[in-house]
Amino acid sequence: MDSGAIIGMITLKGVLALAIGIVNIVIFIYMERKVIADMQVRFGPMRVGPHGTLQPIADVIKLLAKEDIVPAAADRLLFILAPFIAFVPAFMLYLTIPISENLVVADLPLGIFYLFGILTVVPVSVLIAGWSSHSKYALLGGLRGAAQQISYEIPLLASILGVIMLTGSFSLVDIVKAQQVPLIKLGAFTILPRWFIFLQPFGFLFYFTAALADTQRTPFDMPEAESELVQGYNTEYSSIKFALFFLGEYSNALIISALSVIIFFGGWSGFGPIPGVVWFFLKTYVFVYFIIWLRSTLPRIRIDQLMDMGWKILLPLTLVNIIVTGFLMIGR
Amino acid sequence: MPKLKTEEIQVNFGPQHPSMHGVLYLKVTLDGEVITAADPVIGYLHRSMEKIFENRTYAQCIAIIDRADYMSAYFNEMAFVSAVEKLMEVDVPLRAEYLRVILMELNRIQNHALLYGTLGMDLGAVTPVFYGQREREKIFDLFELAAGYRMHPNYFRVGGVKEDVPEEFLTGTAKFCDNFAGWLEEYNTLLTGNEIFRVRTRGVGKIDPTWAINAGITGPLLRASGFKWDLRKNDPYSIYDQFDFEVPVGTQGDAFDAFWIRMAEMEQSLRIVKQALSKLPDGPIKAKVPLNVRPPKGEAYARIESPRGESAVYIVSDGSNKPYRVKVRAPSFLHIGCLPDMLRGQLVADAIALVGVVDIVMGEVDR
Repeated sequence: MDSGAIIGMITLKGVLALAIGIVNIVIFIYMERKVIADMQVRFGPMRVGPHGTLQPIADVIKLLAKEDIVPAAADRLLFILAPFIAFVPAFMLYLTIPISENLVVADLPLGIFYLFGILTVVPVSVLIAGWSSHSKYALLGGLRGAAQQISYEIPLLASILGVIMLTGSFSLVDIVKAQQVPLIKLGAFTILPRWFIFLQPFGFLFYFTAALADTQRTPFDMPEAESELVQGYNTEYSSIKFALFFLGEYSNALIISALSVIIFFGGWSGFGPIPGVVWFFLKTYVFVYFIIWLRSTLPRIRIDQLMDMGWKILLPLTLVNIIVTGFLMIGR
Repeated sequence: MPKLKTEEIQVNFGPQHPSMHGVLYLKVTLDGEVITAADPVIGYLHRSMEKIFENRTYAQCIAIIDRADYMSAYFNEMAFVSAVEKLMEVDVPLRAEYLRVILMELNRIQNHALLYGTLGMDLGAVTPVFYGQREREKIFDLFELAAGYRMHPNYFRVGGVKEDVPEEFLTGTAKFCDNFAGWLEEYNTLLTGNEIFRVRTRGVGKIDPTWAINAGITGPLLRASGFKWDLRKNDPYSIYDQFDFEVPVGTQGDAFDAFWIRMAEMEQSLRIVKQALSKLPDGPIKAKVPLNVRPPKGEAYARIESPRGESAVYIVSDGSNKPYRVKVRAPSFLHIGCLPDMLRGQLVADAIALVGVVDIVMGEVDR
């Protein structure tokens, strides 16, 4: 292959990842509105398209058509830069997500490190947005958001170290492949696959809690605590810049659901004649539904309680989980 | 170790802010996330109500006082009407009293259902508000059947009520009572029993009964602090001595108690409505009083237990068909004065919960 073809391939793969991301986010947004509406005894969007299916697209068009305001007192360069710092990494995450065995843009040997490395960029954007807006609400929201994300990234990574120890690989494809062997077998029948949820149940619990906090979903949606900080770090943003933050956030929540499936629930593995891709998305959307369900049910916990939980409860517990996993591995 | 000093910043909450109820405006000084000073600014909803009364007939006043505490209009009307009735020494027919009690207690449920929703919203739970709104809608439908209007009914009259209720109102209310217990159960499952909600409200903004009495706090907030004071029991007005109901009292005086009292009061209000429905007598609905009343010279003070506290109206009459002076004692006005003391030293997030639980209606504060 000449260099032009390679560049072409890379571009194609990138566009594909972006497309998969955007399509799923659109589904996510629509689903969130409909599911929450259902739980809140109302209909949700009904007008745009049948049952409001085109509502997310209408939302995006509306956002794009809005006036793009940069506050006079804002730090102009940083203010414009922040939404891109939030958006671009969010979509870079899709590159390593294995949708099925062959449907993965790049199966990096250090895939998990790559993912969490990219995720650490998000608080930077939150902090920049909060700081550069020159608004008190945004500043408080930005500080909260950055503090929260930084303190939950450690337990987030530590919670899946158990899985990495069991697999012996950082590659997401390897992690899924390690889950495709049966755990309990009855003759030729697989009763229980070797999904890591059965081997690392606490690991999953810690992972999911930390992940919700890291992506600022309810009950940890502190930076956007509407009742306290208006809209949090993106208070001053409008139009396309707000849309980028918005998409970035949903993208992160989607990635978190997809990662739960890949790391703990066997990725694309399933049973019957249904292809792996369908299984993967089915499982992912179960988690998406769960996240939405949490959002419509739970109040928000307080910022100091959140910090306490991250440092004093979650981090020690994840470390204990790693140690116990280590001992069990030696004992085997 | 030297104490780390951070710069204090002033943040405005309101008058346009997603968490503030109505047009409450709080100037808050923050040290990090801790409030060092809070200063409520009022007057955004001032309509010179008390002055307007002096130029209106008594019948017209009823329509205006509806707008004072716009969430519980029947209580405003009741306070005003009772004051005039005291002045004129009118005996209100029993059926009218029963209808008033039914409507007032439904109004109390409606008001507390709103508080349930907005407090949930303040704490970040998005669903309760829709549940509360669903029941309020049903109560407003009942109000519409009775009075013709939903929020500002203008239904009570000096000496009785405007007109008799239709049959559908009575059956509708009975049906509402049957269903509401189940809805209340839903409320409690969704929010009251929630662990996060409890962590957020337990021990937040504790009120000491002595301080509360000195500060003029009444109603659910005072009862939350452990002091049993309910005018329906302590100074029975109308026909409240004929009903069997409890006065829920808190133990710790924190935000959770104040919230829980609202939930318990809804249950008690439901009991009162049920009893009133079963005992509702036939008969006239209005004493023989003209619409354009001319109370004798003198003054009268009538107080009632509104959902927010002790709501009262003081009327001075000069014998004409217009009051010489009307003073409205609004519980929210006294509660808003306590906010600076209550909020000092709290975290921003707790302050939002506290303002939510104090349940301030700006229409009543500014009048």
